[in-house]
Amino acid sequence: MNKLLNFFGNLGFALRSKLYRLGAGTRLFFLTLIYSADSFRRIHLTIREIYYTGVLSLVIIVVSAFFVGMVLGLQGYYTLEKYGSSEAIGVLVALALVRELGPVVTALLFAGRAGTAITAEIGLMKATEQLSAMEMMAVSPIARIIAPRFWAGMISMPILATIFSMVGILGGYFIAVLVIGVDEGAFWSQMQANVDFSNDIIDGAIKSVVFGFACTIIALFEGFDAPPTAEGVSRATTRTVVISSLTVLGLDFILTSFMFV
Amino acid sequence: MERAKIDIWVGILVALGIAALFALATKVGNLTSNDIRETYTVLAHFENIGGLKPRAPIKGAGVVVGRVKTIVFDTEAYHAVVELDIDKRYVFPKDTFANIYTSGLLGEQYIGLEAGGDEKNLLAGDLITHTQDAVVLEKLISQFLYSKASEEE
Repeated sequence: MNKLLNFFGNLGFALRSKLYRLGAGTRLFFLTLIYSADSFRRIHLTIREIYYTGVLSLVIIVVSAFFVGMVLGLQGYYTLEKYGSSEAIGVLVALALVRELGPVVTALLFAGRAGTAITAEIGLMKATEQLSAMEMMAVSPIARIIAPRFWAGMISMPILATIFSMVGILGGYFIAVLVIGVDEGAFWSQMQANVDFSNDIIDGAIKSVVFGFACTIIALFEGFDAPPTAEGVSRATTRTVVISSLTVLGLDFILTSFMFV
Repeated sequence: MERAKIDIWVGILVALGIAALFALATKVGNLTSNDIRETYTVLAHFENIGGLKPRAPIKGAGVVVGRVKTIVFDTEAYHAVVELDIDKRYVFPKDTFANIYTSGLLGEQYIGLEAGGDEKNLLAGDLITHTQDAVVLEKLISQFLYSKASEEE
């Protein structure tokens, strides 16, 4: 009997803390929106954060995009060649990258590269009481720390995803046309005939905006909510990666199911 | 790092993003090849449209001259009414044939227009009277079997 009560007690506690985190995360998001006007008055803060989240992620994005594109080109060629339609490789690479891999892989890399940095930085600021110090000086930590990072993530993510898609297609072009020798004209013309700007490219961009929002707000909240100890910060950083990745993959399924009917 | 340097790097990132989007739109997508802007709409009735879909191409002598706008089912005459958007640059005679073809053996279906000899041209809202339905494979096979059977008798 006691065990049963303990079980339900623990279950309730776990559920309650999950709900608390969801609610506190939503509150943080609305506070960020409210304080955004304040942070835009010092726009260089946001631009500085775009440098740290966007520009510094550029190398890992470009390199992995090129390899993903090359793998797609190689794998696609092996299969399509069996059906004598190796020219369709361009369509395969472009649609896979623009619709799925561009936004999703970028978001996963973004969570690992930029999200963890955000969480660790804010968590450490909290642990060393820098956030409290700001409040003492009547500077809102949300306007000064959270909002610039939020907008930087929202702006960087779609840019990075677009660059990822384009570099990935160049990687596929490199393998399919330059290495294997698929006809170049057919590669591009079949791609143009089957990739629609408003349906495929814009929908991919919408995905990347949604993923950028999810990754950034999760990283910010985990940092803001981290227990102010070394262990707390390290756990919060781990949670950022895990929760961001799962959220991105789940959201991707939902978005895909009603975007590409 | 000083502020000016950061600004330059962020500027480079944004420029790269815009360049990538531009390249996606023109080189990968169909934003440039889709140069059909001003169109006029004509109607065509089909007994069977097969697998024809909205936005399927309309071709004259193999050249894309327009796109299928809408396909609806007429509940009074029990046939399909297809609206064709044709580029204003191309005019067709009134007795033009509209046929539903398949590109390749398993490809997508499109409407092929074959010009007739009428002096007057099709205008917006006109009806194409000469149409040929999509080929239904099952019908074709059954016709072939019947003709074979009758030959043997």
